[in-house]
This record gives sequence, C-alpha cells and structure tokens, in this order.
Amino acid sequence: MSTLPDGRYIDDAPYDPNVDISAIDRADMDAPNWLLVWRKFRKHRLGLLSAIFLFFAYAFIPFAGFISPYTPNERSAEHLFHPPQAINFWHEGEFIGPFVYPTTGAPDLENFQWVYETDRSRPMPLQFFCRKTEYYLAGFIPTERHLFCAPDGATVFIFGSDRLGRDVFSRISYGAQLSLTVGLIGITVSFLIGITLGAMAGYFGGWVDWVVNRAIEILRSLPELPLWLALSAAVPSNWGPVSVFFIISIILGLLDWPGLARAVRSKFLSLREEEYVKAAEMMGAKPGRVIRRHLLPNFMSHLIASATLSIPAMILGETALSFLGLGLRAPAVSWGVMLNDAQNLASIEIYPWTAIPMLPIVLVVLAFNFLGDGLRDSLDPYSD
Amino acid sequence: MMFLRYAAYRLLTMCLTLVVVSILIFAIINLPPGDYLSNQIAELRATGQAEGVAKAEFLRTEFGLDRPLWYQYLMWVGLAPGEYGFSGLLQGDLGWSFFNDEPVIDIVGSKLWLTVLVNLAAVLFIYFMAIPLGVLAAAKSKTWIDYITAFIGYLGLATPNFLLALILFYYGRKYIGLPIGGLMDPQFEGEPLSWAKIQSVLTHMIVPTFVIGTAGVAAMMQRLRANMLDELGKPYVETATAKGLAPSRMLTKYPLRVAFNPFVADIGNLLPAMVSGSVIISVVMSLPTIGPDLLTALKTQDQFLAAFVLMFVAFLTLVGTMISDLLLVLLDPRIRYGAREG
Repeated sequence: MSTLPDGRYIDDAPYDPNVDISAIDRADMDAPNWLLVWRKFRKHRLGLLSAIFLFFAYAFIPFAGFISPYTPNERSAEHLFHPPQAINFWHEGEFIGPFVYPTTGAPDLENFQWVYETDRSRPMPLQFFCRKTEYYLAGFIPTERHLFCAPDGATVFIFGSDRLGRDVFSRISYGAQLSLTVGLIGITVSFLIGITLGAMAGYFGGWVDWVVNRAIEILRSLPELPLWLALSAAVPSNWGPVSVFFIISIILGLLDWPGLARAVRSKFLSLREEEYVKAAEMMGAKPGRVIRRHLLPNFMSHLIASATLSIPAMILGETALSFLGLGLRAPAVSWGVMLNDAQNLASIEIYPWTAIPMLPIVLVVLAFNFLGDGLRDSLDPYSD
Repeated sequence: MMFLRYAAYRLLTMCLTLVVVSILIFAIINLPPGDYLSNQIAELRATGQAEGVAKAEFLRTEFGLDRPLWYQYLMWVGLAPGEYGFSGLLQGDLGWSFFNDEPVIDIVGSKLWLTVLVNLAAVLFIYFMAIPLGVLAAAKSKTWIDYITAFIGYLGLATPNFLLALILFYYGRKYIGLPIGGLMDPQFEGEPLSWAKIQSVLTHMIVPTFVIGTAGVAAMMQRLRANMLDELGKPYVETATAKGLAPSRMLTKYPLRVAFNPFVADIGNLLPAMVSGSVIISVVMSLPTIGPDLLTALKTQDQFLAAFVLMFVAFLTLVGTMISDLLLVLLDPRIRYGAREG
C-alpha cells in the first residue's frame, strides 16, 4: 500500500492483465466434495476415533465365535457366578506367557453365594487356535477353532460367568451380533418410511401434506417406550428367535420416522420451487423421478448424519425392551437380554460383573453420538 | 383475545389427537390373537371348573368381548352401551382388570397422582439442572468446565437409565444412606399427610428424579449451550461487555432470555421421552406408579388395564405438550398464532 500525492491509497501489487480470473482464492477448496468433507471430518478427532471404533465393532461381528473362548449358551455347572479371572504372565517372578490359575468353587451356605478358591501354585497356560465347541463362523462355516481357550481343568472367564455358568465375555461378543444390527435394521425401516412420507408431503403438499403432518404430530406426542412395549407384547410367543429379532427391530423403526419425515418435508418444501426442479418437470419427469434423481441427492448426506444420531436410541430401546422381558428372548443373546440377569440389587452388589454388558452399550451409543456430531459438522465443508 | 382463541384451538386439536390415539391404542392392545377371558375359559374347561366358566362368560358378555372389534372400541370409549351397564371411559368407568379381578379404577386410582408427581419432579429437576449448567458451559466454552459438563451430558445420554437406577440405588444406600425402592417408608403407607411422611417421600424421590431427568438434562443442556453460544457471538453482547456490565448480569439479562424460548418449546419434545423413562424406572425401582401395572397388564393380555394406562400416559404427554405450546406463545410474542409449522 502506498499513498499518492493527492492522498489516495494504491495497491503496490503489479497489474497483470492476463490473470486467470477463474482461479479460486483458496487452493484447498479445489477438490471434489467428498474429499473436502473427509478433510474436515479428519479434524474432528472424537468423530474419527468413534468411526474407527464402530468400524472394528461391526467388522468383528462375523468372527464373534472365533474370538470368544466359549459358545454363548455353553454352561459350566461348576462355575456359577464365577468372578472375572485375570490372565497372568508372570508366575513367581518368572515369565511363562499368558496363563490362568485354576479355581474351585464351593457354595457358601451362610451367605447363599458362591465362593471360589484360586489355586495359585499351578499356572495353566492358555491354549491358542485350539479346538473346542463347534460354532458357525460368519453364520455358515462350521468350525471348532477358537482364538484362545481354557486349558483342560481350568476356566477362562475374563468377565466372569453368569447365574448359569455361561461366560460373560463370550456372550457379550455374541450379543454384539444382535445388539449392533438391531439399530441398523430399525434405521432402515425408519428411513424408508420417513423419506417416502416426508417426500410425498413436501412434494405434493395439499391433503397429503396435511395427513402426514397430523400423523407426525400424533406419533411425536406419544411416549415411545409404552408403545414399543405394547407392540412387542403382541409378538406371538411361539415365534423363533430370528423372527422375533426382526419384528422387534421393525417395531423400533416404526415409531422413529416422524423426526426424519419432518426434516425431509421442510427441505422439500423449499427445494421444489427451485428452477432445476421446474425444468425437470417441464421435460416430463414423473414425480418419482424428480424426487429420487433431483431432490433427494441434495441432502442425502444430512439424512445419513441424522440417521447416525438416531441409531443409539434404537440400541437403547432394544436394551430396555429385552431388559423388561418383552424384547428378544432367552436363547437369543443380546446385551439387553444379558442385563435382564442383572435386574436386581443383589446381583449389582454380590455379582457386579453381570452388569458388564453395560460398558459396550455405553461405548457404542457414545461412539454413534460422536460420529453423528462429527458428520453433521463436516458435511458443510465451505463453512468457516 | 388472540391468546384465548389460540388456546381454544390447541385444546380442540388435543382432543382430536386424543381420539386418534385412543383408536391406535385400542388397535395395538387387540393385536394379539384371543383375549384374556377366552384363554381363561378354555383353561377352566380343560380343568373342569364349571362355576368359573359361568363367571368368565358373564364378564365376557358384560364387556362385550364377544362382539365385533369396532363395537368393543365404542363400548370402551363409552359411546355404545354395554350389556350389563358397562358405561365406558367417557363416563368414568375404566373397565375391569381380569388378571387382578378388580375394577381398573381400584388398581390405578391412587397411583395416578404419584405418576404425575414423579414426572413433575423430573421436569423441575431438568429445569433446575440444565439452565445453570448450560449457561455455565456456554459462558466458559472451551474450558475444562465446558468439557466436563459435555462429558457428563454424553454419559447421561448413553447410559441405559434402568441400570443407572440400580447403580445409584446401590451406591446411594451404601454411602449416603438413601432409601431403596418405593415412594415412602412402609409405615407411612395409607397414613394421613404429615411432615414426616412428606420428608420420607422426598428422600425416596431423589434417585428416581435424578435417573429420569438425567437424559433430559443432558439434551437440554446441550441445546441451551448451543443457543447461548449463538447469542454470545452477537454484537450487542460485545457492547454490553464494553460498557462494563458485570458478566453474570449481562448473561442473564440478555442472551439467556433470547436463548430461553427453544427451551420452553423443548419440554414438549422431552416429555414423551421422560414419561417413557418413568415407566421403565418405576418397574426397576418398584415405584407405586402405573408403570409396573402396564408391564404386567401387557404380559397377561389384561386389556382394559393396559389400554387405560397407555391412554393416561398419552394424555399426560399431550397435556404437557399443550401447556408448553401455550407458554411459548405467552413468552415470545413473535411466534404467530396457529402457524407454527414449516
């Protein structure tokens, strides 16, 4: 900046008549949209961490049987309510690799609980890639290999065992199969209903809009859990665990769509006035095509972010239903079913490890929340 | 006058909603095949108890369970007469609980007030906790106070509240000596109201209120914080600070008032979740609210009891939502009457 004799200011930069006026000011914005979103999301550390955590959680689902030393309903009658066992490496100052001490249990008839005596003289090394009970890898490959299992004559209950002597750790990893997917199925149902109805209401307006709006208002004003309870109470008791699982996830999704539908509707109300929509209509595109090809892609990413934020509610919903005994039923293993065992104060006080399934629930729900927040913040890469 | 008209309009829509809700609830309750009485009759027949059958048959005709579903609905609501003088909801006859073999009103009567009380306490708790915490988190944003409140908030959202209830019960008992379960000490049961009884109820309410409210506090705190942060960035705040207004006075006098409106509107969204919460918490903590009744009624197909409890719970949320809507209009004249959509 320099000053001319008459007091005006002038820029010192040399004037270049051939400057490329289409060049953008910020070079970091010269990238496809998804890359910009990714760059911004990467900075949201909690979100990124949660994404990685969830990725691994879901990636391990097919291998639940492999990483757990027992099958979920395998009972060990001599080890009821066994406290968590430590996996040790050093025995009397000497390194001998991962091993456990064998335990023997006896009923304490005075306090009516099981007490376990650890025999600290005999370290028993864990076995790796060992053959034990048969299970189906990824649901269809029969195999007997486990990542690690207890040596003969000892047990390995990392998180303890429950009232029937089943390994809590194995049950948690099997339970992840149902507990983690229930939210996905639920959100699919809610997504389909929410987008269809919201899009119809926003695009057509008129009486369709009125009807959908009233439905949204009514559903939003009702307490979810009692309705979930009532609906799940209607599931016939002679259905198999798989059909119960599907119907429960559909029930969870059935009451969740109003929020999504409302968002879609308000977006459509403003978007349908845009020129490109008019153009498409004039060229003879049917409403279905306009909605799918021209309108929805506009804010699909936002919908995905909001869906991520409503998965936790479904996971917690499944937990609550199963906890109350109206959700998934006994032979099926989910975190909620497991917590059903920890229902009373006695188990919290005497056998606190039966409440361990709470940890994965809290972790997964937190992760979904952080991931959703991160996605929402980074979806608009041009802001600030 | 405008306000009264709006209030009347809201009342009317609430009544219409209630009608739709009652149809919905009745349909859901009748989803499972069969009904309590025909199951019972079949069982009695199989075991050969003739006099029981006669009674069950009588109840079946009295409450019209042998009639088509739409007529049953009309009977339940009170628009169609029953065989032996069953008059329906509108005339205050809540029907018969087959499982308990008692009129529904005798089972739920005293619990209705306690249900309202528990939920009201939770709403108050949410306001008293969320306002200061949210303001504090916004005023001290990006400091450890902000992070700690955010962390607690997230934990509150992520922990299944029935487990929180059990854990708080256990540790509350162990370290502070809080009572476990119920809403009052057994010796006050059925006693006239006295200071000691009120005290007992209050100490029993601490844990339930806390548990039911946590998720709500967390959600509201986050929203208030976001609203406050929006306001704090505006020039008038800078002006106020530059003129030397004390921070606390500045915060409460201007930005808080603006950030407050969504807060009132929110209670309408929050209430359904809270009532849900109170149902499950009541089951875990054996509070004498209608939550546990709902669960047993649903499990045993005790249809009149289940339907009434569901109706009541829905009614509670609808009234709460309506009150919050009306409050919002009173509080913020900018909101146009009757045009709150879009």
